[in-house]
Formats: sequence, structure tokens, C-alpha cells
Amino acid sequence: MAHAGLTTPPRPPETPRDGLEEAAALWWREETTQRTLNRDGRRWTLWTAWIVIAFTAPGVVLLLLSPLALPVALGCFAHAWVVPWLQARRGARSVVPIGAERSASPGAHSGADGVALGLLGDLVGHRERELLARTGLALQRGELGVWLVGERGALMVRPGGGRVDSWCVSVAAPESLPGADRVAHLLLALREDERGFAKVANLGFSGAAWRLRRSLPQRSRPALDAARSAAREGAGS
Amino acid sequence: MARLIRLDRTGHTTLAEWAHEDRTAREAAVSAFRRELDNGMLASVPRSDGTAEVVRELPRDADLVVLRRPIAGG
Repeated sequence: MAHAGLTTPPRPPETPRDGLEEAAALWWREETTQRTLNRDGRRWTLWTAWIVIAFTAPGVVLLLLSPLALPVALGCFAHAWVVPWLQARRGARSVVPIGAERSASPGAHSGADGVALGLLGDLVGHRERELLARTGLALQRGELGVWLVGERGALMVRPGGGRVDSWCVSVAAPESLPGADRVAHLLLALREDERGFAKVANLGFSGAAWRLRRSLPQRSRPALDAARSAAREGAGS
Repeated sequence: MARLIRLDRTGHTTLAEWAHEDRTAREAAVSAFRRELDNGMLASVPRSDGTAEVVRELPRDADLVVLRRPIAGG
């Protein structure tokens, strides 16, 4: 294996991990902690800065060489804007609110949808229930940050409210489950083991909250505002 | 009454209901619980403080036990 540049994966731990069973099954993955989140956040920031510099610098040089190169320079500047925008948009689209166009049950009018919404409403608190009805996302306070859970995917606002991480995660076999049931699955898993949840999910974006907010559906933006507000309160207390 | 429910296509299905002192009903609930776990479901007990606990045996004190499917990274 060594000659192919591959390394042997670590052995599974002898004592299985407590908490989320799905996370215990991923024994080779790094545990998610505040430190790993900060490190990943820095990597995302550096990568985004590099993209902006890599496209802006040639545009500036072209303009200095010849003003006639303006159309090409504008193309470079457009790339410097579009690529980070696409990253943030992908992060926003990873999360599917209840009742959204890409929802399992857009409109959510069937009997099963009503039953699932009733149970989900019982699981969340009064304020969160109102936010869920308005925005289609369930707010959950955690140790790592304030989470917004959708039918698919979750956002996590870091303490202080400035940075948001977008996580790709879903029910493994979601066939025919009502949208609210999918949220309930993810919410229960998150409540069982926040770090395990982040270990199972894949980080799809990390960056400034305003970047992601503009790509969220209009209806769901108040949920991000509420999560940022809760994250600021949490960081201040 | 305690309840064992499964999240499924109907929203959720109540698999068992039992009073804590009703031994027969509780044994039926334990059987249903084990059958679902054998079928790959995971069990969770939501707590009033906004947390939930993973359980592998039917707890004696819980009022609601929820069976859910596994989650995965997308």
C-alpha cells in the first residue's frame, strides 16, 4: 500500500463510541470539536480569499498593461465574485425547509404531513414552533453553535453569529417520509449527540452569514436571523 | 401512559402503549421495541430539556420512545 501513497486506516476502537450510533460506525473519521471547526473555518476563509486574489490579480495586471484589455479584466473580476457566490449558494441550497419547492411534501397538505408536523411541533419549544411554522426550519441550541435543521441539511451558526457552517445530512432511506418527519429524524439525532451529528454530516460550506443569507429562500431568512441572534446571546452570556 | 412510536410514511405509528405498572402491556412493548431495532431502527427518548437520549433497551421511566431511521452525510 505504501508504494501507492496510501496509508493503512486506523484500527476500529475497542470500546465503541457512546452517543449517535451512526457516528460510532464512522470510527475512522475525526471527531468534530470547536478546534476542528475553527480549523475548517480558517481553511474555507483562506480558500475563498485565494479564489478572489487568483482572479482579481490578473484582471488588475491586464488593466495596467492595456486599458483595451478591459473586457477580459471584467471577466476575471466576475469570476472572483461568482465563484464565492456559488459556494455560498451551494451551502444555502443544502438545506431544504419544510414546504419548500424541493421539499418531500411541498405544500404539506396530506394527513401524514399533518401527523408528522404535530409530532415535530411537540418536540420543539413554543418559540421554535412558531419559527418552524413561519420558516420551515427547526432551531436547536447546541454547544458548538445554534442549529437550523431542515428536511435535508442543517445550518450551524457559530457562537457570536458571524460565521455559518452548512452541513449535508439526511435520513439514510427517506422514501415516502413526510417532510416534517425528516426534520424530526435529524433533530432527534442532533439532540442525541451534537458532535456525533457533525461527524456524520459533511461540511459543505463555511463562511460569513451574510453570504449564505442572500441565497436562502426569502421565507427562511428570518430563521437565520433568529439563529444569529441566539448565537450572539449565547456568546455574550 | 407511555408510548412507543415509529416515524414512518404515515407521519408516525403508535406501536405500543403501556402503563408503567401494567407488566403484560410493557412486555408487548419490549417485544415491539426489539423487533424494530432488529429491523435497523434506532431508538431515542426526547427529554424536556431539549436533549434526547439514545436507548438500546426500552427504558422504564420514559413517557415517549421514538423509533427513527439512521441518518447519513449527503
